[in-house]
Amino acid sequence: MSERAIIAAGVALFLAGACFPFWRNAAAPPRPLVLPLPAGERQCVAPVAYMRASHGDLLLAWRDRVVRSGERVFTAPDGRVRELSLVRTCLGCHQKAEFCDRCHQYVAVAPECWSCHVDPRSPR
Amino acid sequence: MKITRQAFLALLAAAARAFSKPRRMAMAIDLSKCWKDRGCTRCAQACHAAHNVPRIPDRRREIKWIWEERFENAFGQESAGPAVAGAPVPVLCNHCEHPACVQVCPTGATFKRESDGLVMMDEHRCIGCRYCMAACPYGARSFNWSDPRSFLRTLDPAYPTREKGVVEKCTFCNERLARGQQPACVEVCPFKAMVFGDAADPSSAIAQLLRTRHAFRRKPELGAGPNVFYIL
Repeated sequence: MSERAIIAAGVALFLAGACFPFWRNAAAPPRPLVLPLPAGERQCVAPVAYMRASHGDLLLAWRDRVVRSGERVFTAPDGRVRELSLVRTCLGCHQKAEFCDRCHQYVAVAPECWSCHVDPRSPR
Repeated sequence: MKITRQAFLALLAAAARAFSKPRRMAMAIDLSKCWKDRGCTRCAQACHAAHNVPRIPDRRREIKWIWEERFENAFGQESAGPAVAGAPVPVLCNHCEHPACVQVCPTGATFKRESDGLVMMDEHRCIGCRYCMAACPYGARSFNWSDPRSFLRTLDPAYPTREKGVVEKCTFCNERLARGQQPACVEVCPFKAMVFGDAADPSSAIAQLLRTRHAFRRKPELGAGPNVFYIL
């Protein structure tokens, strides 16, 4: 009898623990992240939907163009000639801490860009 | 269709321009000018500041892109007469015609750029195996044994640092060449001892210098074809 009670209590504890994330999310659903967009800029280097989904691929393509092919500039869809540069083009508008870091933290990814590239706003 | 002689010649000239030879960037260092101040290390300072190269006190772990070597160590004991023995020689990556480092790199992280002959490093691809360091006959490459940022007092955000576990070296300032500038060491030298340019272009200053003066290179017998020349 006492063994059955202990087993039941253990199973109940396990279920409570295992289901905790679902309960927590049901009680307070995670709010969608709203990122601050740079003031004064109306358009990114590609449409917003593409940038949201594939900015990583875009940056990898930029990297290969600069490092492997020696290309340094490109013409954005709005006709402006811009530099193929994470630090000078992307961070020229966006704030790393407020934009890149917050979203990467939200979706729990840790890209390695910043182990070499330097944020000009807080170099270190 | 009949083509005039003039049009034919114009066509030929256009074709020659279109299929122009790739550039071959090279450097010549005039040691007699360099030795006007034997204690001067401004080229190394300018290079290392521009590229966030850390100063690491432990010599086994130091990082260097351009540095000073004694004449006999740069060119061999037998070539060092009493007049030049012990004299400082600035040495750097030779951006060889046949780079051994590129041959051995298993990931293609280091490669020879077709357009201008620069031996480039793609730090994103480097896995830190250090084959290139073993292959390079000039000791031009350094390995990051630890995070270089902890050894950097000032950090220039315009140029990335490296991270622990990758190899680095001189890149002939490809980022400055892309902006139409000369390499940092060439620009800063107070005696104009360094001349940099396209050796494949006969009208360039470096090509003329190499034609008119006797120039020598480090370890030419290895056949690597270094593109850093020295003049005395």
